Amino acid sequence: MSGIMIKTAIYGMVRVIYDLIGGVRWEWGMLVLVIGAATTLFGVLYALMQHDLKRLLAYHSVENIGIILLGLGMSMVFIGFGHPAAGILGLIAALYHTLNHAVFKGLLFLGAGSILHSARLRNLNDMGGLIRSMPRTAFYFLIGALAISALPPLNGFVSEWLTFQTALQAPALKNGVVRSLLPLFAAILALAGALTAMCFVKVYGVAFLGQPRKIGVRARFPATGGQQDPKSGSDPDFPPHDAGNMERFGMAWLAGGCFVLGLFPTSFLLMLNRVGVSLTGHGLSDEALESSWLWLVPTASAQASYSPVIFLLVIVGVILLTFLLVRRFYHGRVRFADPWDCGFPAQTSRMQDTADAFGQPIRHVFGPLYLMERHMPAPDDAAPRFSLKIEDRHWYLVYLPVARLAAYLSSKIGLLQRGRISIYLLYSFVTLIALLVFVR
Amino acid sequence: MNDLPGIAFQLLQSVFVVLAAPLLVGWLNKCRAWLQNRAAPSIWLPYYTLAKLFHKDAVIARDASPLFRFTPYVLFGCMWLAAGIVPVLATNLPFAPAADIVALVGVFALARVFSALAAMDIGTSFGGLGARREMLIGFLAEPAMLMTMFTAAFISGSTQLTSIVDTLARREFAIYPSLAFAAAAFLMVLLAENARIPVDNPTTHLELTMVHEALILEYSARHLALVEWAVAIKLFAYMTIGFALFVPWGIAATGDWAALPMAIAALGAKLALAGAGLALIETLLAKLRIFMVTEFLSTAFLLAVLGMLIHFLVSA
Repeated sequence: MSGIMIKTAIYGMVRVIYDLIGGVRWEWGMLVLVIGAATTLFGVLYALMQHDLKRLLAYHSVENIGIILLGLGMSMVFIGFGHPAAGILGLIAALYHTLNHAVFKGLLFLGAGSILHSARLRNLNDMGGLIRSMPRTAFYFLIGALAISALPPLNGFVSEWLTFQTALQAPALKNGVVRSLLPLFAAILALAGALTAMCFVKVYGVAFLGQPRKIGVRARFPATGGQQDPKSGSDPDFPPHDAGNMERFGMAWLAGGCFVLGLFPTSFLLMLNRVGVSLTGHGLSDEALESSWLWLVPTASAQASYSPVIFLLVIVGVILLTFLLVRRFYHGRVRFADPWDCGFPAQTSRMQDTADAFGQPIRHVFGPLYLMERHMPAPDDAAPRFSLKIEDRHWYLVYLPVARLAAYLSSKIGLLQRGRISIYLLYSFVTLIALLVFVR
Repeated sequence: MNDLPGIAFQLLQSVFVVLAAPLLVGWLNKCRAWLQNRAAPSIWLPYYTLAKLFHKDAVIARDASPLFRFTPYVLFGCMWLAAGIVPVLATNLPFAPAADIVALVGVFALARVFSALAAMDIGTSFGGLGARREMLIGFLAEPAMLMTMFTAAFISGSTQLTSIVDTLARREFAIYPSLAFAAAAFLMVLLAENARIPVDNPTTHLELTMVHEALILEYSARHLALVEWAVAIKLFAYMTIGFALFVPWGIAATGDWAALPMAIAALGAKLALAGAGLALIETLLAKLRIFMVTEFLSTAFLLAVLGMLIHFLVSA
């Protein structure tokens, strides 16, 4: 779903803008950039407020579509100003991110599905410590989380890096205002990337790390559409099990895809370049095309280059070297003890940060953006309670009016449906007459 | 790629940074002690501390996952990698084209994500608290950092640190007002990212105000030593990035052995001055409330953007 369906809009946009209309104007690009930037920020900020894992991932899809739009918008701006090389770079960045998003988001949704299947949990605030019972799922999920957070050397980083490189072509533009605005959109991309990292630290830290928050308590809702699982009520100590072989296979090839797309971007770049050539008739610079598979060079090697393979080899080598040196020169003795309680012995797993608590700095910094309902306990409350409800403004501003309009229209159209055969015959008769009158 | 002096320089610089980084921390602590009228500890103290920590038995919480034990090595590896990219002693290192400044920011982000995850691994309340504050500082600092880098990249037309240094160091002397703004922004980011005083107090023992210290509360012995060492390398790397962007003079070209002693001397002088300056900042300022950090780092971002706009205005 998230991998393919929501990309059809992007496909449609690319087709319509470059193929059907042609002659791209830079003003449209600015419009796409503004919409993309707003989408990116709102998506990630609302994702940070979620504690339902699947809904959180869905908000991240919103964010990633925004990132794709940022690349697309930059591409349109450059092409509109007559810089096709930089424009193609932006288009490739957008398409590459489209591909990347399909891979890592699929991986993350599969991971969320495995958790739902084995622990029967969807609410992050009930999870915790799943890395012990589902180590393999935890491993694959970590790869997905690092990839979506745009961390090198995985695939999310490559497409964001390409978008940054597109923004860095800004000095070539004639229009001073646009030239100074483009790097600001890159800054929004950086902000979104760092916020995504925060969000996935939250997801991973709350779901897989730490202590189980609900020991022996299964969530009440049925795992799949309606049928109650026999285990959910009767055997509260049934531990969550790791994902099965088929589930793991599904995650493994997507995780492998994250690595392949992250490590060997040049060959995919060439493929996408063909798309760019067929759409606009222009391609990347010659130096970019002639670079070997090892080096990713967007324009010229003097300007920027990135080699994920060397990057990965060096980082793995350095980590191994450190490990061996430490082991060679020092003993590896380890004692196990309770975590440090800071002088307060009654630590429980409920004292860990929950998913909502983790978003608290965001609520503080970006408070006005949310529709927040908060109940703080008074100092002299007999039964102190804290409650917090966060809702999406767009739900009330956009979706509910549209839904109401649809309901209203359908109720009006419903008047036509009388359920009497004579009335339907009348409709056919009137239609026939009308056709005879108009189609002569 | 196959040049021997280049690889020799690369190895030399990487090892040099790793070995010299604790000395910078020692010098910083010494300066701070002098400024605060305390008897100053030996400048070699960080090395003794590291040696002591390496010899101790590691104490690990019972429920720690493999991620917890793996993270110190990741942190150390990331910082070592960063030390290999930044032109500290020489430009045109053979490894430098593998990662530009955007990738460098990515390396620091990778280290930050892993340290935050490790902090949440044990499941104590302070770990989670530290993790969320660290990520708050991270997402505030990252755009400001990138804008600073972009300003330098626009001036030199490249995102490779090596080319930036080459253009800035070997140009005819000119004053770039945009770089002044960028330098101020970079200093603020440096303070925030390295958990220095207006943002975080590296010497605090009060858990509630901790940011960085809360992350590593559960580490001990060799793991703690690796984390502390990585922190020292990070400070070193940030300072040398600052030098590369704003005061690049005196750096050697790869393969130029004759210029190497000069480069080391220049670097030593710059680091001594910068360390003293940092100690002065830490003595003069008080720690900010955590939500004032937002304003601190937004100011840094605005300064960086101003620098970039000025560059466009002047060069247009």
